[in-house]
Amino acid sequence: MVKVSSFAELETLRKSIVARRDPQKAMITVCGGTGCHAHGCEKVAAAFRQEIEQQNLAGKVDLRITGCHGFCERGTLVVVKPQDIFYQRVKEKDVSTILSETVAKGNVIERLLFTDLATKEKITRELEIPFYKKQNRLILGNNGSIDPTVIDDYLAVGGYAALARSLQRMSPEQIIDEVKKSGLRGRGGGGFPTGIKWESTRRAHGDTKYVICNADEGDPGAYMDRSLMEGNPHSVLEGMIIGAYAIGSDQGYIYIRNEYPLAVKNAQIAIEQAEDYGLLGKNILGSGFDFSVRINRGGGAFICGESTALMASLEGHVGEPRAKYVHTAEKGLWNQPTNLNNVETWANVPLIINKGADWYSKIGTRNSKGTKIFSLVGKINNTGLVEVPMGITLREIVYDIGGGIPGGKKFKAVQTGGPSGGVIPESLIDLPVDFDELTKVGSMMGSGAMIVMDENTCMVDIAKYYVSFLEGESCGKCLPCREGLKRLREILADISEGRGEDDDIDLLENLSVALVDGSLCALGATAPNPVLTTLHYFREEYDAHIKDKRCPAGVCKELITYCINNEKCPGCGLCVKACPVQAITLTGKKKPAILDQEKCIKCGACYDVCKLCAVDIK
Amino acid sequence: MKKNKMVTLTIDSRKLQAEEGLMILDVARDNNIYIPSLCTNEAVEPYGACRLCLVEITTARGRERLVTSCLYPVEEGLTVKTNSERIASVRKVLIQLLMARCPDSEVIQDLAKRLGVETTPFPLEDKNKNKKCILCALCARVCQEVVGVSAISLVNRGVNRQLATPFFEPSEACIGCGSCVYVCPTHAIAMEDTGDKREVRWPHSQMEFKLRKCKVCGSYWIPERQIEHIAQVSGTSPDDYDVCFSCRE
Repeated sequence: MVKVSSFAELETLRKSIVARRDPQKAMITVCGGTGCHAHGCEKVAAAFRQEIEQQNLAGKVDLRITGCHGFCERGTLVVVKPQDIFYQRVKEKDVSTILSETVAKGNVIERLLFTDLATKEKITRELEIPFYKKQNRLILGNNGSIDPTVIDDYLAVGGYAALARSLQRMSPEQIIDEVKKSGLRGRGGGGFPTGIKWESTRRAHGDTKYVICNADEGDPGAYMDRSLMEGNPHSVLEGMIIGAYAIGSDQGYIYIRNEYPLAVKNAQIAIEQAEDYGLLGKNILGSGFDFSVRINRGGGAFICGESTALMASLEGHVGEPRAKYVHTAEKGLWNQPTNLNNVETWANVPLIINKGADWYSKIGTRNSKGTKIFSLVGKINNTGLVEVPMGITLREIVYDIGGGIPGGKKFKAVQTGGPSGGVIPESLIDLPVDFDELTKVGSMMGSGAMIVMDENTCMVDIAKYYVSFLEGESCGKCLPCREGLKRLREILADISEGRGEDDDIDLLENLSVALVDGSLCALGATAPNPVLTTLHYFREEYDAHIKDKRCPAGVCKELITYCINNEKCPGCGLCVKACPVQAITLTGKKKPAILDQEKCIKCGACYDVCKLCAVDIK
Repeated sequence: MKKNKMVTLTIDSRKLQAEEGLMILDVARDNNIYIPSLCTNEAVEPYGACRLCLVEITTARGRERLVTSCLYPVEEGLTVKTNSERIASVRKVLIQLLMARCPDSEVIQDLAKRLGVETTPFPLEDKNKNKKCILCALCARVCQEVVGVSAISLVNRGVNRQLATPFFEPSEACIGCGSCVYVCPTHAIAMEDTGDKREVRWPHSQMEFKLRKCKVCGSYWIPERQIEHIAQVSGTSPDDYDVCFSCRE
């Protein structure tokens, strides 16, 4: 690779990359995100490589393994260009047909198209699928078109133009002003105005200043940052370099969890390629500005996503938070001024510089600008990553984009903001989603996990789940978080197992307040949110558990019994085979099965397997 | 030594002058204003683990918040309430959590009484589980910050956190000085000298040390390991410590 040593050379390089590429040439893109890996995309990609060779198509068609497209429910995703034909649930066996039919003859393979659940219509192009229609994929959009391991792909779509513009035409103050004007707020959970954070770090006194990219994403069900880091690492790097220039930092760190091997790998490749081109290192693009980035792999502690714990971990200490009365912008990593932003926040920066703060601030609501990526998971038809403008309603996300709840079940609630977020009930489904509105209803934006729950979800059980997750992840440094979460979990377990008492609700509330007011860091201070919101919105469910010893959603094992519905059961025997403890027996042909309550372990296997809904939960 | 600037602040309606850079808790104590705390000691940096020293503040600009007074530096125009209703109710839960954690700790019982708390709603732990240790980390911090050997530390995470020597085995770094015993606020660490042997018992690990005999009075007065350590850091000879302090006078 040749070093690019001026702004003009970067543009020449970009033009030469684009000129070498024929937009009319057939290309197959295979989604290589972690979601599609689970669906077997590596095998699909390998089959394409082999088939292209066998069918002698090597010069006629290109193959590109891209980042995550977001529609993880339907992987492996394959897009055939230039027609942009979108195939879903592609398996190895489909590969040769795609090449022989679609690539060679231009025929669309109907069975691989997405079918709209509502209209039963087959849809050919990605952007016409309802899942994508209401999205505004400003940050995720390039994921599907570039190979994250090839820097030229990023340059071909205009990558590093914002960096060149920043270094060539803008002073650090102008960049900070632009970011402030854009209204960008931290995407990692706090929602602090990014420009103000940058300004504080720039103004702070210190010999060395650091910038950090927080890629220690750990919320259950959240994978926005992973997909960005895997699918478009250069956009994150570009944002970091611009930020470092604005702040006056020459050293950056990406703190990324080691459980994200593909993200670690792609980030490393991106750093090396950017260094090779001279976009990182000494005298970037001949501007005189030096900046380098190192990767630090997290050891698996959720708490290390908290900024001060992350910095302690980066320094080689145990990842435990400290009080932030002196801000990290003043004294952060190694006691030097440090600016930490989340992956998605950094990725927004090139966009703001390229398109301008005026353009950017038109997207979103009054105090929440731009788009937000959510991972839409749980009881939802279209599981995946969605990027939507701030202010979109929960209803639009759940029904228009998410396609509603599977199996004709009723929507019950959605948990936003990860384990420390709140549970938002159906009555608030028209809530506009932005930082302030979510906080008002007792939840939070968090990093963007959105877990959808249907009528079969028990709210006491959900609160117990999140509290026990956080109990396990509490570092244990401060008393209320360490001991308080354990007690919260014990009380919730008592309630869900039929030992709940009337006083328990008060106790839950008092403990929650002590955690909110008394904890050292945000983990403890936000941990009671699931308890407080479920208590607030689903109080009757707690009462049913405590007073009537009944779990209305039919989840809490100790409070339910499975029974065979004699009128519906035809005695087919499916449940008999499914039962792991031989608690169900048949008494004769076409006679209902009999369930022995003594033997039943309430695993629910019979309920799941019965096609006629002849197993009742009482 | 250059004196720091003085600031004026109000603690519980008392107008006070204090040196800039001091923490609220220090200033309160200097002025005989009681704020409970279990994890502070002047020998080490403030840590903020026990949360009992929580106070309610209003800054000169009018911002109200709860802060830990051991970690919050005084500032001009600050108003501090050390025992508002909100603070009292949080402290009540905190001490109740400690009462359940260490049911046999007299120190915790006494503090609870002082705070007007008589019972805990939480099930009591078996007293052999935590053995009076409240995980304030004073012992580990003194070992690191003052003694400089880091022989003990907190291991594991969250509720499974414990104070221990590495892998719960005898530590080569420990010099048997007993600083940890001295700073422990709940007397969870025991030290016993018998003949030429010293035993230190932490809640979940223990060690034995050989003591040196005073050449004059014949009493066993200091662990050999401690002599080695002192000799090393001070550049003196281990033989310099053959006579105990009392006999040297």
